[in-house]
Amino acid sequence: MTLSQRLKETDWIDVILWLFRAVIIILIVVGIVRKLFFGAGVAYSTKDWLDFITSGLSQGGLYALIALGYTMVYGVLFMINFAHGEFFMSGAMTSAILVGATLDSTGFLDSQPLISIILLIFVSVLTSMVVALLTERIAYRPLRRAPRLVPLITAIGASFFWQNLFRGFFGSAVKPYPVPESLEGRVNIMGFDFLKVRIVVLIASIIALIALYLFVQKTRTGKAIRAVAEDKDVATLMGIDVDRTIAITFAVGAFMAGIAAVLWGMTFKQVNFTMGFVPGIKAFTAAVLGGIGSIPGAALGGFFLGLIEAVGPPLILEGLNLPGVHQLKDVIAFTLLVLVLIFRPQGILGEKMAEKKA
Amino acid sequence: MKRLSLLLVLLLMAALALVACGGGAATTEAPAATTAPAEEEAAPAEEEAAPAEEEAAPAEGAAMECTDPLGCVEVAAGDPILLASALSISGDTADLGTDSQRGVEIAIAKRGELLGHTVELQKEDDGCNAEGGQTAATKIVANPQVVGVIGTTCSGAGVPAAAIISDAGYVMISPSNTSPALTDPNQSWKVGYLRTAHNDLIQGAAVADFVYNDLGLRTAAAIHDGDPYTEGLAKAFSDAFTALGGEMVAFEAEAKDATNVEPLLTTIAASSPEFLFYPVFMPLGGLLTNTARTIPGLENTVLGAADGLQSQTLLDAAGENAEGMYASGPNLEFSNSMYQDEFVPMYTEMFGEAPINVFHAHAYDAANMLMDAIATVAQQGADGTLLIGRQALRDALYATSGYAGITGTLTCSEYGDCADPNIAVKKVENGEFVQVWSSKGE
Repeated sequence: MTLSQRLKETDWIDVILWLFRAVIIILIVVGIVRKLFFGAGVAYSTKDWLDFITSGLSQGGLYALIALGYTMVYGVLFMINFAHGEFFMSGAMTSAILVGATLDSTGFLDSQPLISIILLIFVSVLTSMVVALLTERIAYRPLRRAPRLVPLITAIGASFFWQNLFRGFFGSAVKPYPVPESLEGRVNIMGFDFLKVRIVVLIASIIALIALYLFVQKTRTGKAIRAVAEDKDVATLMGIDVDRTIAITFAVGAFMAGIAAVLWGMTFKQVNFTMGFVPGIKAFTAAVLGGIGSIPGAALGGFFLGLIEAVGPPLILEGLNLPGVHQLKDVIAFTLLVLVLIFRPQGILGEKMAEKKA
Repeated sequence: MKRLSLLLVLLLMAALALVACGGGAATTEAPAATTAPAEEEAAPAEEEAAPAEEEAAPAEGAAMECTDPLGCVEVAAGDPILLASALSISGDTADLGTDSQRGVEIAIAKRGELLGHTVELQKEDDGCNAEGGQTAATKIVANPQVVGVIGTTCSGAGVPAAAIISDAGYVMISPSNTSPALTDPNQSWKVGYLRTAHNDLIQGAAVADFVYNDLGLRTAAAIHDGDPYTEGLAKAFSDAFTALGGEMVAFEAEAKDATNVEPLLTTIAASSPEFLFYPVFMPLGGLLTNTARTIPGLENTVLGAADGLQSQTLLDAAGENAEGMYASGPNLEFSNSMYQDEFVPMYTEMFGEAPINVFHAHAYDAANMLMDAIATVAQQGADGTLLIGRQALRDALYATSGYAGITGTLTCSEYGDCADPNIAVKKVENGEFVQVWSSKGE
């Protein structure tokens, strides 16, 4: 083949896309090198870097817990449940206001932190699950045979409904989330101080993720969920109650969101009725990043996103001498998302979608 | 080939968008040019109606004529005079806008009747963002009966709203926009825009003065969220602080809806400032207050915020973490007794609670300024019809001088800065804001 022939057959749009990828990768590498070896921007100590990393990983754990709801519902219904962020918000608001405030004012929170946290999680999980099951039964189930776009729009509507309902219940002001005294401050691990609450959140989210994975892989109900995700009609033929299994899937997703809500509240110490939106979008991003439909993928995507958001701005953007870097954490997170999806359209751990699922 | 055409379409769309933006000035002026003649056309039609009445009752005298270059609002006898508000009454900053809206309602209720007409308020929501400001302003100018606008709450909403209101020939007075850009003719100022809130150049300088001279601190850091209000104030503070001889060790930005602010504060802690200024809103302000104390290097840093956080919401959300922090804002300990004796009791009676934020008095003054200007310029017909010239109304407002309001003696500059600024700094002590300093030293 001659050179001119080869040039003719090369699609120049591909060339532009490759240039785009190359430019982003070069920028990232230049930023990191300038930061680490030429001391661009603020000078950080090792402790600062460890803080960035733990903060990011623990934030990622929260994203991962929320992302599970997106990925599991997508797995069984192939629909993006945009109301999932509100399941999370409902748990956080209700546990803070109905239980948290009383626990805090009576001093029970500080004297019995473990019982208090279990109580908070119980209320939060219960509220999230009730909200999720109601949404599924009223807004989604009647539309199961409708075209794909219909439930998607319904989900957005449901999201607005729950937001404003909880605004009506608890008001629009930002409310405090109670934190037991024993969780405040820092703890020394291997010579470095870490925020206690971040470490607790990180460990709790990993435990919850493993528990969910085992539930889906090892129990009969988990098997039913996987069967419905594979093929609803065949699952029905095998004697699986599809409607019930879908409802369970929603409940399990909301269970995880309820746990995330308490951990989130303890980390940021405040809640309000719009708090579900941003974590919802971030968790959805994490689910896509990891490969939507895959449970380990959602977990990995969550941790990856949290870490990049925390470490990316000081590491890459400061190296490029940009001002106000932390404001741009979404830019860097989403640029990396695009980059990952260019190379692996199915997400990090996603399977290539079959015709039926795509 | 399909992808090629797709790319072409995209390029074409980008080109169109560029053309649209570049030609923005030309296209936005066009409606203004057309509204004026349209109103002129409407005005002669009204005149035709008026002579007809004259024939029936020739004793009534000469008919009113609209000679105003921007057109007139005609209020028929028995009809209310319609004002509009565009304030942030939903979402995260709802208490700020609702508080101002109540100030306007009190001014209207207190006045009762204006030139024999009742006054009505069309309430719109500015959403505290550019899109909300645009929507509210568009809805308002769609109604030709609206005489003037009180709004917006947030400077970010004020920029697009001022452009739309100005192009339509209306006037707007903001009770709480404090961004320097809005009354700077080289930035976002549009004719027809005025405000009774202080300019943040003054607030920034006052905070810098307090921190440098009273607290005796020499290094500071500032955080803004990209909103014109927060960025303008953070910038004004940092300029004034540097001018006094202090050192700004960090000037950072965070997204309005950010959740994880630990990385940001770790970055700031690396340059260990003595004072951290974050003139932002809730919920970001609560997050920063709650998180700052957990970051090593910031334990002893003095925290400071501005009027956006001077509310019960912050105290509720941050609790103990807010203890000892400072917040600047307009001084509400006014030298006249009108505020304590009449305004606050009326507020409490009408809305069942004490004032919930800080700009209600400014909104009250703004509404009164507007209604007084209407009273000055309106032509009154014998049957009670009013004809309010839009240009005349603008001129009357910009000519405001020595106006006695609750917030002080208001005099408008040619770019609409009407405030009699007096900045107070409050400190959180035992879960309450306690005033510790004011720029007028009263």
